[in-house]
Amino acid sequence: MNDKKYILGGLLIFIVLFAFPFWFNLGKAAPAPNPVLSEKAKAAGKCVMPTEFMRAEHMKLLGMWRRSVVRHAKREFINPEGKQYTMSLQNTCLNCHDNKAKFCDKCHDYASVDVYCWDCHIDKSKGEE
Amino acid sequence: MDSSRRSVLKFFGLTALGLASRPVFNAFATEHGHSAMHFEKGAKALKAKQWAMVIDTRKFESADELEPIIEACNKAHNIPQFENKNHEIKWIWETEYHNAFPQSPNRFLSEEAEQRPYLVLCNHCENPPCCRACPTQATFKRESDGIVIMDFHRCIGCRFCMAACPFGSRSFNFRDPRPFIPELNKDYPTRMKGVVEKCNFCAERLAKGLEPACVEASEGAIVFGDLYDPESEVRKLLRENYTIRRKQSLGTEPCVYYIV
Ligand code: SF4
Ligand code: SF4
Repeated sequence: MNDKKYILGGLLIFIVLFAFPFWFNLGKAAPAPNPVLSEKAKAAGKCVMPTEFMRAEHMKLLGMWRRSVVRHAKREFINPEGKQYTMSLQNTCLNCHDNKAKFCDKCHDYASVDVYCWDCHIDKSKGEE
Repeated sequence: MDSSRRSVLKFFGLTALGLASRPVFNAFATEHGHSAMHFEKGAKALKAKQWAMVIDTRKFESADELEPIIEACNKAHNIPQFENKNHEIKWIWETEYHNAFPQSPNRFLSEEAEQRPYLVLCNHCENPPCCRACPTQATFKRESDGIVIMDFHRCIGCRFCMAACPFGSRSFNFRDPRPFIPELNKDYPTRMKGVVEKCNFCAERLAKGLEPACVEASEGAIVFGDLYDPESEVRKLLRENYTIRRKQSLGTEPCVYYIV
């Protein structure tokens, strides 16, 4: 048991090094993203689904939209409130959220999410990127 | 708060059901139609069991006359224009008789018919070999209207479909097409490098109650309609004229018919 102090010392050094990313970045957290709603979106007041839902699940909803539009030729979305929307990222979503840089990119950049939507769908706010 | 949480939960239940089995999903969607989200066809959408096209080649004398038709499609769908022929993207294009109908050239053909320009595009075959080749079901024959369509999100660019299509109807994006689109139509997406593309029978226009862009631009030389509706314009033309199809002996059952 003579090596106790070495073992403990070594363990301590290991833990400190192992936790390097945590203490190194302590207090330097990037500010939470702050997506800006466009005037149009504000005026509309409501998205196609409730805000909390859209925040968490918009990608799944878009996936369902795609499936319906491409596979089943059904292009109209009727939400639980009975309101009807044409399912189109480019022509419906971007119609209200007309500034991708100030809306979509804010959170995607923060979360380091590299979406490939824009490889094909045109960001109408700027046209050709 | 509460009610929205409930709808979220409902949505998840619905999604899980939908993923597990589509029939269950559909039943659920209709049964609870008033409360859950659901999907519908637009009120103006054109419907058919199998869309088909009849091209009256007698109405075209020179390739110039096909130009506006091809242009209409190119513009509507953001088709890039490449100098390099190997990179070419084609949805609808002009070709000569012997390329369009290699299996049926008779000897001593009418010179006039032989010299005519022929418009070719995806035939939206009733028995499409391209769909059987696709390992991801990125390309498939849509049950609701018979269009052979692509879900570009799923295409992995293996090009099996290109090898399988006997008509050369498909093109591959060897490069990012965006910089090569002369005039961007901002209402329609582009494609990305690494996916295959082809004519979609203007599914996006049919959904709005419009005929395909080429049909509209053809001033009556191309007619579009339901192959299985005996009263449709297409069936009327097929009844009244002698028509041929491309490489019919292969059994893919093309849905583009030519009056010659
Ligand atoms: S023409 Fe080619 S791409 Fe079009 S459906 Fe037939 S086999 Fe498929
Ligand atoms: S290239 Fe795309 S569409 Fe064609 S077979 Fe492969 S995955 Fe399917």
